Amino acid sequence: MPYIPHTAEEIQKMLRTIGVNSTDDLFSDIAEEIRLKRALNLPRGLSEKETWDKINGLASKNKHMGKHICFLGAGAYQHYCPKAVKHILSRSEFYTAYTPYQPEISQGTLQTIFEYQTMICELTGMDAANASHYDGATALAEGVSLAIDVTKRKHVLISSLVHPEYRQTVATYLEGKNITLDQIPYQDGLTSKKELEQRMNKNTAAVVMQTPNFFGAIEELSYAAQVAQQTGALLIVCVDPISLGILEAPGNLQADVVVGEGQSLGLPLNFGGPYLGFMAVKNKYVRRLPGRIVGKTQDRLGNEGYVLTLQAREQHIRRERASSNICSNQALCALGAAVYLSLMGPEGIREVGRQCIQKGIYTKKLLSKIPGIKIPFPATTFKEFIVETTEEPQRINEHLWKAGIMGGLDVSGFYPELKNHILLCVTEMRTREDIEKLASVWGDMS
Amino acid sequence: MEQIIFEKSVPGRGEKYLPQLDVPEEDYNISEKREVPPTLPQISELDCMRHYTRLSHLNYGVDTGFYPLGSCTMKYNPKINEEVANLPGFTDIHPYQGEETVQGALQLMSELQSYLKDIAGMDGVTLQPAAGAQGELTGLLLIKAYHQAKGEERRDKIIVPDTSHGTNPASAALCGLKIIQIPSDDKGTVDIEALKQAVGHDTAALMLTNPNTLGLFEENITEIADIVHDAGGLLYYDGANMNAIMGYARPGDMGFDVVHFNLHKTFAAPHGGGGPGAGPVGVKDFLSPFLPVPIIRFDSSKEKYYFDYNRPQSIGRVKAFYGQFSVLVKAYTYMVRMGWDGLKKASEIAVLNANYLMQLLSASYYQPFRGPCKHEFVLSPKNLKSLGIHTLDIAKRLMDYGFHPPTIYFPLIVEEAIMIEPTETESKETLDTFSEALKMIATEAQENPEVLKTAPHSTPVGRLDEVMAARKQILRWLTS
Repeated sequence: MPYIPHTAEEIQKMLRTIGVNSTDDLFSDIAEEIRLKRALNLPRGLSEKETWDKINGLASKNKHMGKHICFLGAGAYQHYCPKAVKHILSRSEFYTAYTPYQPEISQGTLQTIFEYQTMICELTGMDAANASHYDGATALAEGVSLAIDVTKRKHVLISSLVHPEYRQTVATYLEGKNITLDQIPYQDGLTSKKELEQRMNKNTAAVVMQTPNFFGAIEELSYAAQVAQQTGALLIVCVDPISLGILEAPGNLQADVVVGEGQSLGLPLNFGGPYLGFMAVKNKYVRRLPGRIVGKTQDRLGNEGYVLTLQAREQHIRRERASSNICSNQALCALGAAVYLSLMGPEGIREVGRQCIQKGIYTKKLLSKIPGIKIPFPATTFKEFIVETTEEPQRINEHLWKAGIMGGLDVSGFYPELKNHILLCVTEMRTREDIEKLASVWGDMS
Repeated sequence: MEQIIFEKSVPGRGEKYLPQLDVPEEDYNISEKREVPPTLPQISELDCMRHYTRLSHLNYGVDTGFYPLGSCTMKYNPKINEEVANLPGFTDIHPYQGEETVQGALQLMSELQSYLKDIAGMDGVTLQPAAGAQGELTGLLLIKAYHQAKGEERRDKIIVPDTSHGTNPASAALCGLKIIQIPSDDKGTVDIEALKQAVGHDTAALMLTNPNTLGLFEENITEIADIVHDAGGLLYYDGANMNAIMGYARPGDMGFDVVHFNLHKTFAAPHGGGGPGAGPVGVKDFLSPFLPVPIIRFDSSKEKYYFDYNRPQSIGRVKAFYGQFSVLVKAYTYMVRMGWDGLKKASEIAVLNANYLMQLLSASYYQPFRGPCKHEFVLSPKNLKSLGIHTLDIAKRLMDYGFHPPTIYFPLIVEEAIMIEPTETESKETLDTFSEALKMIATEAQENPEVLKTAPHSTPVGRLDEVMAARKQILRWLTS
């Protein structure tokens, strides 16, 4: 059998040591009536070669970005990742380890998390970060829970331009907590300032903004911070960390909690996961942070080292009084992001951001020349933007696909009022040639 | 130890990975622009590789040595799983691509759903939850939705035994449910009388791990199920210990209504130093309408796999997109390779290994609950306390013998607990060597207790001061 080293002889020896005749005797505590009396309904095991052929066959049924030009984004982005990142992540000392409960033989994992926490703090302008969440959506949900716990208030204002699947996740996490989740409408592709002000009240625990928002537009955070502070609500900002070489750190704009999806930082698309949720807070909320946190300390001889710290917040100590139920997180993804950031450096991150913005501007310019296409929202965008057309998005995408182009996302599924609106994503991965091809193929349609 | 990466940074150093901008540069207007760049490392690729490679040397993984963490199922992570998960047909597909362009991925997920259903005896499965704890949250939300749909909102109590994982009560609290903890009986299993007292018209569910965290199979499971069902409650199965029973018994046949799986335990996906994991949830038919959106289905008329979003009673979604896809790929690959015969063998040998190791240690360590155990067992070295030796000392000393320590101080009901799960992928020699080390340590406790109290002696750092860490709260690097 695969991965089971025992010879028949060894099994016999072991049974003799235990003092039973067969392994069946070891299952005698399972009552006859609940025993499974047939084989599991799975195929019989395969050799490694057959397994490879089968799974490789499934993989090759998928149309992937290596062979097609992709303009899809909406929370999952294609960026260039230095090849070295994968080599670090393939080190089995990292990926076959458990959560670092035994720090003396886990300094590798612990130090990489400590360095990762520092990088997240640097990018976001915050004081402390935890070791990761499942993804951006759950990081946001836990950020909202933190604000509710801190303020003891029951009203949450969330921009309608926060990723729709994140808003759905937040709603699921708030189920049963008797919280009103109030959506701030948008205007001109940005969260409406007027609506934000009008909806604020003394019971508002948090204002939740995403920037760049779901339409790619850059929101004005200092204004949201000012409104939130007037009634003592927390400002929670959900960011794409790859934008933070260009955009001001939310921590410098009075955000209280910064969360986001770290997939942009060198992680593959992977059909939606595993990704990397992150959370960073100002000092006064450190003890409210959910999940693992690594801190620096010393051993008895004064040698420096790292440990999981402030564990009194966590489920394995506090059980039902824990600040969250999170246990496994995304440590390996956090390592990937840390290696990516180390290799790219401050200049590299800024350059990715610059190219995303410039290529977005160039794409908008080319597309807006096509009859019937409009750029409906005037705000400056990062990486993504909305295009309004006179055609059905599905027809456009079918047309583009014939030329090997994956078009953008039809946003009417999430925003029914935006019929014939497409969310397009242009990262540094798209060459001028790709962009011009998109414009010319699209143009041929009309 | 390794210097922190920021201290290796030299301004202006570092590789460039991107080509020159190939479109004309335009002015644009951003009111909140970054003026001060983030402090990130500026290092060469070689220095970066050395940094992380050296850090990896300070780690201990399953590929390094024996890792008998109880309830964590640290089995071997087959390399073919890593290879297939890295195929571009899986890594380079976007979650919003058209369904017709990702039929291979959807087929894999659909088949994985079917396999999991049969292994657990369930009727429906969601692959969305990201980890075991999120699976628990999902399962409890399903239970809550079910009671609500029946007009029984008053059912807000979750019963857990005192041996349960910490995530059980934490997950229940997260969705606004209240906890009733019941004691175990003197055999280490659910105290039937206490359970009878605890159930009532307010019972939402009982959460149970079976075999439990002592490694004991709940022999009265059908009676337990009847008690809870008769009171109108449901049964939740914490799948952390599924590795003990695959192909032998199924939670669904025992009376459980909801199950979560830990693909990173039972199905050989790696733990990644703390994640990513994956925690799919299986349910009986009557709970299927409440499963998160979307579910993967097959349309036989069109011969096409698709996402089913049309689920009006769904609890919603618990994360963005569809789950930890590459972890799903690894678990599926493992199942294909093992087959029904291999999975059953895995459980058979996991239980054999645990019973063998328990027997080897029976003369040197006190065992509060005698076998047969399932995939794991618990020792209690309380007899060494008079020598000033605690479980922590034994755990730390094991590192000097080249082993990762077992889970310690859990379950909470066993004094000085040491919880050992060898898994099926460990050979007899490994178990023999490990038991010799533990016996030597028991002797050292008598003859030279100091060597235990100051252990470990051979690791990159000694025992670290956790109190100092919590007090000083140095949670990031700062320029000195």
